[in-house]
Amino acid sequence: MAHSTTAKNDPHSAAQVDHDHAGHMEGGEAHATLKGYLTGFVLSVIMTAIPFWLVMARPIESSVITALLVIGFALAQIFVHMVYFLHMDSKSENGWTIMALIFTGVLVIITISGSLWVMYHLNTNMMPTSGQVMESETGLPTPAPLGGVTGGEAAGTAAEPAGQTPSAPSN
Amino acid sequence: MLANLDLSRFLFGRLTLDAIPYYDPILVVTFIVVAIGGIGLLSAITYYRWWGYLWHEWFTTVDHKKIGIMYMILAIVMLLRGFADAILMRTQQAIAFNGSEGFLPAHHYDQIFTAHGVIMIFFVAMPLITGIMNYVVPLQIGARDVSFPFLNNFSFWMTAGGAILIMASLFIGEFARTGWLAFPPLSGADYSPGVGVDYYIWGLQVAGVGTLLSGVNLLVTIVKMRAPGMSMMRMPIFTWSALCTNVLIVASFPVLTAVLVLLGLDRYVGTHFFTNDMGGNSMMYFNLIWIWGHPEVYILILPLFGVFSEVTSTFSGKRLFGYTSMVYALVVITILAYLVWLHHFFTMGNGASVNSFFGITTMIISIPTGVKIFNWLLTMYEGRIRFELPMMWTIAFIVTFTIGGMTGVLLAVPPVDFTVHNSLFLVAHFHNVIIGGVLFGAFAAINYWFPKAFGFKLNEFWGKVSFWTWVSGFYLAFMPLYLLGLMGVTRRLREFDDPSLQIWFVIAAAGAGLIAIGIGALLMQIYVSIRDREALADTTGDPWNGRTLEWATTSPPPHYNFAFSPMVRDIDAFTDMKRAGFSRPEKGFRSIHMPRNTGAGVILAGLSTLCGFALVWYIWWLAAVSFVGLIGYAIYHTFDYDRDYYITADEVAKTERKAASMLGAKG
Repeated sequence: MAHSTTAKNDPHSAAQVDHDHAGHMEGGEAHATLKGYLTGFVLSVIMTAIPFWLVMARPIESSVITALLVIGFALAQIFVHMVYFLHMDSKSENGWTIMALIFTGVLVIITISGSLWVMYHLNTNMMPTSGQVMESETGLPTPAPLGGVTGGEAAGTAAEPAGQTPSAPSN
Repeated sequence: MLANLDLSRFLFGRLTLDAIPYYDPILVVTFIVVAIGGIGLLSAITYYRWWGYLWHEWFTTVDHKKIGIMYMILAIVMLLRGFADAILMRTQQAIAFNGSEGFLPAHHYDQIFTAHGVIMIFFVAMPLITGIMNYVVPLQIGARDVSFPFLNNFSFWMTAGGAILIMASLFIGEFARTGWLAFPPLSGADYSPGVGVDYYIWGLQVAGVGTLLSGVNLLVTIVKMRAPGMSMMRMPIFTWSALCTNVLIVASFPVLTAVLVLLGLDRYVGTHFFTNDMGGNSMMYFNLIWIWGHPEVYILILPLFGVFSEVTSTFSGKRLFGYTSMVYALVVITILAYLVWLHHFFTMGNGASVNSFFGITTMIISIPTGVKIFNWLLTMYEGRIRFELPMMWTIAFIVTFTIGGMTGVLLAVPPVDFTVHNSLFLVAHFHNVIIGGVLFGAFAAINYWFPKAFGFKLNEFWGKVSFWTWVSGFYLAFMPLYLLGLMGVTRRLREFDDPSLQIWFVIAAAGAGLIAIGIGALLMQIYVSIRDREALADTTGDPWNGRTLEWATTSPPPHYNFAFSPMVRDIDAFTDMKRAGFSRPEKGFRSIHMPRNTGAGVILAGLSTLCGFALVWYIWWLAAVSFVGLIGYAIYHTFDYDRDYYITADEVAKTERKAASMLGAKG
């Protein structure tokens, strides 16, 4: 798989040339060291043990704060993994790694927050929590109204909880 | 007797002789024709002893050029199947009036519109773009192959395996009757108990692995294997579009895989992700599949934007107008592709705030697209335009795609969408952009790069016949659908009550007939060109006065693409080389390190396909055996160290001398 991209390569030292190529032209990869792996391992153990202790011993009364702390440690551990195990830093691979990470982060945020937003709307507007919606006076069927401006607007205003969308058209 | 039944159930799962649709005369006739054709083809291959050649030179190849060509062949074969479905639907809708039920029973008709969509997107459009990128990208960046040549072969066979599963459903069992995205609860076990949706799931899962891996492969290739001097902003614009496309593939296809796994779990082990009861929520399926689905439409169109840019620049004899703005437009589209997915279900009950947000992002995406259209027009402005076939397809694209883009912006307005969603207006819109964009682009690309791939140009007469019938056939077939959609006719209907609509469907069917002639002319064009290959030969390697590196090597390129990696000093690297008085190097060749062919891709993909088939029919033992075999063979393959070889310097010198004498013969 190690193709030489430059023609001047001596075929018998292709690996060597590719290494140089990677080292000088593409910014190189961070190299794994035993110390790095051990640091990462110890940090991961600590960041797993503390949340475990937080949940088992419950030193903090509030479950909300406990949950937030646990999530915080989880996020911190993601970074430990990326730095010590995946060897990511801002310079590796000429910055491609960090760029890919930022891109991934943006997409994950868009996807998760967008899905939460969309699904919250769909759930409140469309899911019958009791028989009430189905028998409501609008006479709308529970599945999505199949077209027609009036049907759509009726679904938007009738089923929406008051105050949820102040930007809703009110004409 | 009972023991007998148990045994056959163990051996064949739910696969029985009843699964063969002998009750449907259309399918029986199709089967007979396919069987005769298939037997004829196989015996011809055997008679001429081509099996060894096919296996050693094509099936096991790791050469990106041959893999690219195999993708194109797969796409054209599947186009014929997908188009046969289209003709059936058009005919059905044209005659199912005045109480006539047409000739397709509902059970069959529903499978046809599902298969048409699935095949055209996953097994025509996707192989077309993957094939073009596979062939062209390494040549354009001056590389000798992709980063992971074996993976490339494996990806192709996974795509082909998915196609085989979908095709198998035609004669063994049935296909999904759910529409091309298989929305639950209709696609759940309660409402689709048969094998159709399972064929859909496993066909797409197998092919999806191939698409994802080829995305990774091309992405790494573009990032890591560019010729010396080719910085990001000196990359040819087609390579840029391929980069953006593969970023989209890598980021979005896992979502499709995940959502199909969840649907599969609902169907196979009785979970309730998308069911109506037990806390399931089918709207989550809509949400997730469109998070994949919208980027997917940009995956389809972006590479063709790249093709049109190359073609416009080459045939106008000018460098591309606004290269930098083109690049930024591509990148902006790549990001925005993830911000618009909800416009596919405006009417599903979102509040006004959600709908306005996604309506506006959708309209914003037309800005970078508009930038590209203007850049193409300004590239042509004051250029010496040569109306060769690729350029003709490009002009047809610009006109057609602009119409499709405008109807797209119309659909992006939520109140308008409430009136025309799920109607034939929508059907006309997406055919307008997919045929007018993806297919026209693929035809431009085929006509443009065919001489590079095979060493001779395509016949111009049949190319023009194909062009005019395709373009006029497209307008005839889909403009009536816009009208019908505005009149309120919904999609996927099998029969109609209102006789005044019939004339439009008849016109649309006539349009489909013209397109059929266009496809025939395309095949004829290829046949005639092969027959007249001596007269159409391209000995220069540069038949169009090209501007990028792929034209710097011979047609067809040698196995190793370039004897020496070119040094790149300009966006239009080859134009720059020609201006600087480039001459082919004649000595100083060195031996070249190349990857060796391997049959592992065929075997692994074959096992995956078999596993998929076994899962469709609940043949658990076969699924287990093929899955274990798959893992085992993959591990075994990692111990295969005999993966590369050297082309000796003498051999390179010989090949290059031959190329030089070909060049001399022309003068």
